Amino acid sequence: MMEMDGALLSRIQFAWTVSFHILFPTITIGLASYLAIMEGLWLKTRNPVYRAQLLFWIKPFAVTFGMGVVSGIVLSYEFGTNFSEFSQATSTVLGPLLTYEVLTAFFLEAGFLGIMLFGWNRVSERMHFAATVIVAIGTIISAFWILAANSWMQTPAGAVLDKQGVFQVVSWMEVIFNPSFPYRLVHMLLASFLTVSFLIAGVSAWHIRKDRQNPVAQKGLSVALWAALVLAPLQAWVGDLHGLNVLEHQPIKVAAMEGIWETEQGAGLRLFAVPDQEQETNHFEVKIPYLASLILTHDAQGTLQGLKSVPADERPPVAVVFYSFRIMVGIGMLMLLAAVVGAWLRWRGNLYSANWFHKGLQWMIPAGLVATLAGWYVVEVGRQPWLVHGFLRTNDMVSAHPEQRVLFTLILFVIVYSLLFAVYLYFMRKLLKRLPSIDATVDEKESIKSQSAEYLTTSSTTTGIPS
Amino acid sequence: MDWAIVWFLLLGFGVFMYVVLDGFDLGLGILYPWYQPDERLLMMNSIKHIWDGNETWLVLGGVLLFAAFPPAYSLVLSHLYLPVMIMLWALIFRGVAFEYRFKATTSKHWWDFAFFAGSSIATFCQGLMLGVLLQGLTLEEGQLTISSWSWLTPFSVFTGFALMVGYALLGSLWLVWKTSGAIQQHSRKLAIMLLVIIAVLLCVVSGWSTLLDARIMDRWFSFPNMLWLAPLPLLTGYALWRTWCGLKQPSEREWLPFAWVIAVFGLSFIGLVVSVFPFLIPWQLTIWEAIAPAKSLNFILPGVLVLVPVILAYTLFGYKVFSGKLDTLDGGY
Repeated sequence: MMEMDGALLSRIQFAWTVSFHILFPTITIGLASYLAIMEGLWLKTRNPVYRAQLLFWIKPFAVTFGMGVVSGIVLSYEFGTNFSEFSQATSTVLGPLLTYEVLTAFFLEAGFLGIMLFGWNRVSERMHFAATVIVAIGTIISAFWILAANSWMQTPAGAVLDKQGVFQVVSWMEVIFNPSFPYRLVHMLLASFLTVSFLIAGVSAWHIRKDRQNPVAQKGLSVALWAALVLAPLQAWVGDLHGLNVLEHQPIKVAAMEGIWETEQGAGLRLFAVPDQEQETNHFEVKIPYLASLILTHDAQGTLQGLKSVPADERPPVAVVFYSFRIMVGIGMLMLLAAVVGAWLRWRGNLYSANWFHKGLQWMIPAGLVATLAGWYVVEVGRQPWLVHGFLRTNDMVSAHPEQRVLFTLILFVIVYSLLFAVYLYFMRKLLKRLPSIDATVDEKESIKSQSAEYLTTSSTTTGIPS
Repeated sequence: MDWAIVWFLLLGFGVFMYVVLDGFDLGLGILYPWYQPDERLLMMNSIKHIWDGNETWLVLGGVLLFAAFPPAYSLVLSHLYLPVMIMLWALIFRGVAFEYRFKATTSKHWWDFAFFAGSSIATFCQGLMLGVLLQGLTLEEGQLTISSWSWLTPFSVFTGFALMVGYALLGSLWLVWKTSGAIQQHSRKLAIMLLVIIAVLLCVVSGWSTLLDARIMDRWFSFPNMLWLAPLPLLTGYALWRTWCGLKQPSEREWLPFAWVIAVFGLSFIGLVVSVFPFLIPWQLTIWEAIAPAKSLNFILPGVLVLVPVILAYTLFGYKVFSGKLDTLDGGY
């Protein structure tokens, strides 16, 4: 058992803040593209149903984007505040990548978001569409750089560690296009698109249950399920390729994902097990013989390296990786099933009347977020004890803060983020609950005016600020 | 070419852009209590589409420091752990207030408070950090053992409040430019008051800083430095006076006082740099000691040189799209 020291607290704090943050970009990457497609279709076909989709989803998008911005700034400073050794050692590699992320993505998104959200009456339709497309592209560029940086920490390439313990870059192409980067980038982008597909499908199903004939909700459900039908199998395939890539570069991570302790020939796929780090074994194993070897080496007799092939202090916490992987894959399977069932219902002409299916989709609204988080736990916890795989150990990279100080900020982060998340869910529920209307219009001048009038009459007595 | 100086200038540019752009945003939050509830809605409306872009300069400042001067990044942020964290929390509340204030029905006053408190606390922390940096970090045996409260000194608290006044001044002048009628009149009165206070505060901070360390005193008051540097305080005085004139005799160019105060900020910023140059962290780390290897910097230099002008161009475009007075309440999304 690790002791509760400053280093561990810094790691927990980073895990907490980064887990919180990733929820929002996962939604906005997919949703920005969805909005751009809807706006494009509206301009092309002038079918008001697309416009209604755009106007309905732009509000939850804006709120989610705002949460992503404020929680993201924290991360760019946390390398320095809590991982000073890490930032010294890797700034030569990660500094430029993050600088490019800010220059090519953050400014682009922020610069055009204002026009996208508030510029309806100030720019032409084409300019507005351009702004939406630029914001969508910005979210993808941002993913490109941050996943290049993360992948480099998984499969470092193109740089050598010098005598002072600082990485010196030899080739930027190799740094950026390091071995795991293409797989991870595509896997994450698909995860984001799938998350949004099920968000839209679930919310549309909810609307349909309240208003059977709502054309906007029907369109939302239809588009989202078509997308899921393409994306879910694609993701399974990309995920498999990604797994093979991990096996090549981080075999111990795969051993943890599969719960394989001894190096085995013809390893079985553990459907369930309770990994025991101390005794170096699993309890209550339920496995399908040969399947893990078959999937990972494409040979039923293939050899898989076990966790015990490396010293105990070079193994990740197995249980976290093992269970997270199962949660991710399980949800992925469920999504595939839902997409296929949706296609079958569509073929039978029941898509908009199958109440049980709509109820099920409603439950799947957060599915993508849970799967994405679980996937990231596989990636990040599976890399432990390394921070930069094979080079730097996480525990050596932490700032020398006394534990009380980090404990204090950690507690505050937990309070602040929990509070914010509750508020976020409250407002999202409020925004998503409204039934979309085919005659929705952009101009909300009136509503804002009345809001201000109402505010004038109520706030003077209730505001916390002296006026 | 001395690349450390080039990167120092680029970093300085990024930080200065942040100070001016988010400065007036934060200033509006600080000034919240001095406006009527309906005016507050207008104030928030006037920046709802730009605060995000303005705050991005803070991220740029952070990553440029990380990329170009890595030892300074880890030293400053580890040392100023608590003020940085408090600033980040404050900025979070300030940021989400934009999102939720417009959508709230019963909790509006909470978001108003979040906007005011978030802006004020974030600004105070920034000013405090500025003060600590000017004073120099207290390092034990030159190591990165992080002493806990050494950032809390009378000087740093003073600079914290001074920056609040400075941002409030920027905010009030933004309103003088962007509004009309009663709220503009009110903003002008506030601006005049704040201008007088900031003039006094600038004198106090300048004088106090020369007493902090003999090297600062020496930099400014030894011969012939005194001659070369004399234009700085003189120009600052001139810019302050022009701001005063612009407020007392309003012309059609209502953006003028805002522009002159940006000049005051710019000159003060240069003065600050002059005091401690070539130290990035006073008396600990010079820019040449902290500069990152060429292989890393050469990779981002073309990007910075090409992209920053592009960013400035589309940022300007964004401001043009939303140009004009804000007397009508504009539509939301």
